[in-house]
Amino acid sequence: MAEPRAEIEALLPLPLATFHILLALADDDRHGYAILQEVARRTAGELKLSAGTLYRSIQRMLEDGLIVELRERPAPEEDDERRRYYRITPLGSAVARAEAARLSALVRMARAVGLAPGRA
Amino acid sequence: MRAYGWLLRLLPVSFRSEYAAEMGAIFARRRRDARGPLALAGLWADAVRDVATCGARVHLDILRQDLRYVGRSLGRAPGFALTVVVVAALGVGATTAAFSITDHVLVRPLPFPAAERLVQLWQAQSRDSMSRVELSPANFRDWQRTSTSFEAMGAFNRGSDNLVGDGEPERLDSAILTAEVIPLLGTRPLLGRAFTPEEDREGAPGTLLLSYGLWQERFAGDPGVLGRKLLLDDEPYQVIGVMPRGFHFPRRETRLWRPMRLESGAFERRDDLWLECVARLRPGVSLEKAQAEMRLVAAQLERQYPRENEDVGANVVKLRDQVSQQARGLLLALFGAALGVLLIACTNLASLFLARALERRKELAVRAALGAGRERLLRQLLTESLLLATAGGLLGVLLALAALPLVARLVPNALPIAETPALDLRILAFAALMTLVTAVGFGLAPALRSLGDRAAVGLREGARAGSSGRERLRSLLVVAEITVSVVLLISSGLLIRALVRVQSIDPGFEPAGVMTLRTTLPMPKYQPIAARAGFCASVLGEVRALPGVTSAAYTSFLPIVMGGGIWRIEAEGHEARPEEGRTASMRYLTPGYFATLGIPIRKGRDVAEADTAAGLQVAVVSESFVERYWPGQNPIGRRFRFGLLGGGAIGVIGSFQDRTIVGVVGDVKVRGLERRSEPQVYLPYRQQPENSMGFYTPQDLAVKYTGDPGALVAALRRIVARADPQQPVADVRTLETIVATQTAPRRVQVRVLAAFAAVAVLLAGIGIHGLLAFTVASRSQEIGVRRALGARTADILDLVVRHGLRLAALGVGLGLLLAYAAGQSLEALLAGVSPRDATTFAAAAGLAFVTALGGSLLPAWRAAQVDPLKVIRVE
Repeated sequence: MAEPRAEIEALLPLPLATFHILLALADDDRHGYAILQEVARRTAGELKLSAGTLYRSIQRMLEDGLIVELRERPAPEEDDERRRYYRITPLGSAVARAEAARLSALVRMARAVGLAPGRA
Repeated sequence: MRAYGWLLRLLPVSFRSEYAAEMGAIFARRRRDARGPLALAGLWADAVRDVATCGARVHLDILRQDLRYVGRSLGRAPGFALTVVVVAALGVGATTAAFSITDHVLVRPLPFPAAERLVQLWQAQSRDSMSRVELSPANFRDWQRTSTSFEAMGAFNRGSDNLVGDGEPERLDSAILTAEVIPLLGTRPLLGRAFTPEEDREGAPGTLLLSYGLWQERFAGDPGVLGRKLLLDDEPYQVIGVMPRGFHFPRRETRLWRPMRLESGAFERRDDLWLECVARLRPGVSLEKAQAEMRLVAAQLERQYPRENEDVGANVVKLRDQVSQQARGLLLALFGAALGVLLIACTNLASLFLARALERRKELAVRAALGAGRERLLRQLLTESLLLATAGGLLGVLLALAALPLVARLVPNALPIAETPALDLRILAFAALMTLVTAVGFGLAPALRSLGDRAAVGLREGARAGSSGRERLRSLLVVAEITVSVVLLISSGLLIRALVRVQSIDPGFEPAGVMTLRTTLPMPKYQPIAARAGFCASVLGEVRALPGVTSAAYTSFLPIVMGGGIWRIEAEGHEARPEEGRTASMRYLTPGYFATLGIPIRKGRDVAEADTAAGLQVAVVSESFVERYWPGQNPIGRRFRFGLLGGGAIGVIGSFQDRTIVGVVGDVKVRGLERRSEPQVYLPYRQQPENSMGFYTPQDLAVKYTGDPGALVAALRRIVARADPQQPVADVRTLETIVATQTAPRRVQVRVLAAFAAVAVLLAGIGIHGLLAFTVASRSQEIGVRRALGARTADILDLVVRHGLRLAALGVGLGLLLAYAAGQSLEALLAGVSPRDATTFAAAAGLAFVTALGGSLLPAWRAAQVDPLKVIRVE
């Protein structure tokens, strides 16, 4: 889990779509459509990623090493032949964590001046 | 679904092959979920927007990646990158500059509305000749009345006026126009109005139009100038308008326009030829039809006035085609040279890209084997070509911009267009296209082939010599380069010889150390002969007393400055045949003119102050005059008189009595260095008639001096101002400058063409060097083996150099043949130098060989350095 700090920093801040995709993959490997559904579920339908945004993000995330495409497939009864499955990498997790920390730091700052709900 | 599939084609291939199926599946599910036509429409709108933005972003991502990659890979081959950019820049720059100017002068319509219907009409010397002679007012009037091919027809004449009032007196180029001219050109004044027919009548009060430039300079662009009264040659004129900025007519330098106001007397004679005629064709009437009609009109007038209009025809010429034959030939030669340079640049680019593609075969094959998609590899190569071509193109446009001022000096003065052509979008597009086609064509085509089914072959072959076919293509390109540069070398060599020849022509006078200026005396004021003579005497008296001045004189027109002033001569004891057209140029002079210009007096004497109207009417003539009328005899005391065109009666004008020859002087090139001049007749200025011939009043002052010209000119101005404070001084320049104007277009032309030839030779040298360097690099193994087998250094050098020289010999041979065949087209520009001048041909061939040798030396030296052990061990 010792991802170099500089490599992580270079990727921040994350584009919104990238962050959500990482969140969607945090607990389970998923294929593209499943990612879309998961993002929609988590945001209560607030964020509906388009197919183009999804796969362009996926391409860049693959290049950056945030996720990998799975070679082994899930159990046959769950598998859909045409689908590609993606899994978050340790770097991906580290980056998502760093982004979350960055965001909560921001929220703390906002709270300190009374621009966000909760105690300072 | 098929529609969505089409939509996905907006995405790059590499992206599509990865994700298109998934995107399609997602789209299919969403469509299934969509309820109702409205939701479906929304889905489609989203899909289109999504794919379009995504496509653009992915393309941009790839471009960014490729640029980074290309940057790195070019960084490893800076020589290649630099050469490509410079070569492309030279090609684009030369072509753009030459194309701009050719387009500006020869192609682009004149800056008038529907300019293609504007024509100029000329009298022809004989019924069917193409000659262009001015019209008499009477013929103009009859042409205007009888012809039907034209919407409107007008007449004009160019001249110059002394403008007095509102600052320094000034001499300005002007034109007189009939009222039809400005409307028929399709132009309206920027301020005020054009001339009315009433203002163009005899006795009408003077009106004038200012050019935009004159309005700005002299009146600071003040609109209140309308209605102002100005004095032109002592006659009052009222300003009625200002013409727009781009209006030039009939020449670029024209600063103001006056109505023609022809007097009734002007129509009395039909052999008084001085009007130029411009007309606008009716819509639908062709030039040929108008020409045919004008022939009929001229024939009818000939029947009506058989004596004065004997053998007078008519010619209709498009206004656009008034460019002189020489200027046209020059521009076409320039354009041809530029195309030659572009051709060489393109062959060089082709050769460079071919070599690079060959060098990278191995790299490309490896990357293809590692799974890089064919499309992505091609895209990278394309990006490289485009990047280099763009850089070269931009640099080329900068070069063209820098070169335009020089090239613009080739624009003839006598056209109604601005001097400097603008670089425009069409030209930019043209240049960009040329580079792109070359770079892409030759950058991509070989790569496509090596990436095709033979990728594996490339891997196996390694970077060793490519197919011999491709090397043959490169050799062919080098031969083509040498051929073109030899042709260009010969052309510029011939032009240089022509320039030298023209410069060495003896003008018949001594231009060194002579200052000249012009004081054109305004007419009613200086009508009395005493007033003119008084002015001349007063000025000359003071000038001759200046320190450093050895002599000074006034003449009607200095040689070269004015070539015309031609009169028919009837000489005593010489049977005049009508077809002879025997004419001479006539000038009035003060004494001392021949001494000032260094024209030798061969016999008799100069004109004298004592030659007055009351005395014997005398003349000094040139040697060729004597040669024509009294060959081998003593001409002193012989008599002749001026005749009139058409053989009319002599003595219509008071002064045209018999003239007695009192002196013979050397001949002068009155019409300029490169033209045949008529024999010359000089008359004493005090014998100029009182009320006519005002045009010939001595106005050009020539001063032979030693010392500081600046101080001299200041003194001359003071002297003129003392003689007449309202008299402007114009055209201050040395006689050497005047002679130099004769060769100025040639010097520019030589400089431009020589620059093109130099670029061509340089490029050809680069081409040879590139080819041989590449051959040596790819044959290093063979060379190593040869060395190992005992070949000496000299043998290896010989091998490479001989290869270069063989190509050069082929190129030079072709070039000589081509130049020999094309020589005729240059002849008009060569001032009598043979277009097949052997010395020039030999020099060009020699230079091409030296270049080839120079290009071969470095590769040959490198070949000689090949270490046999090293190269054999590499494999």
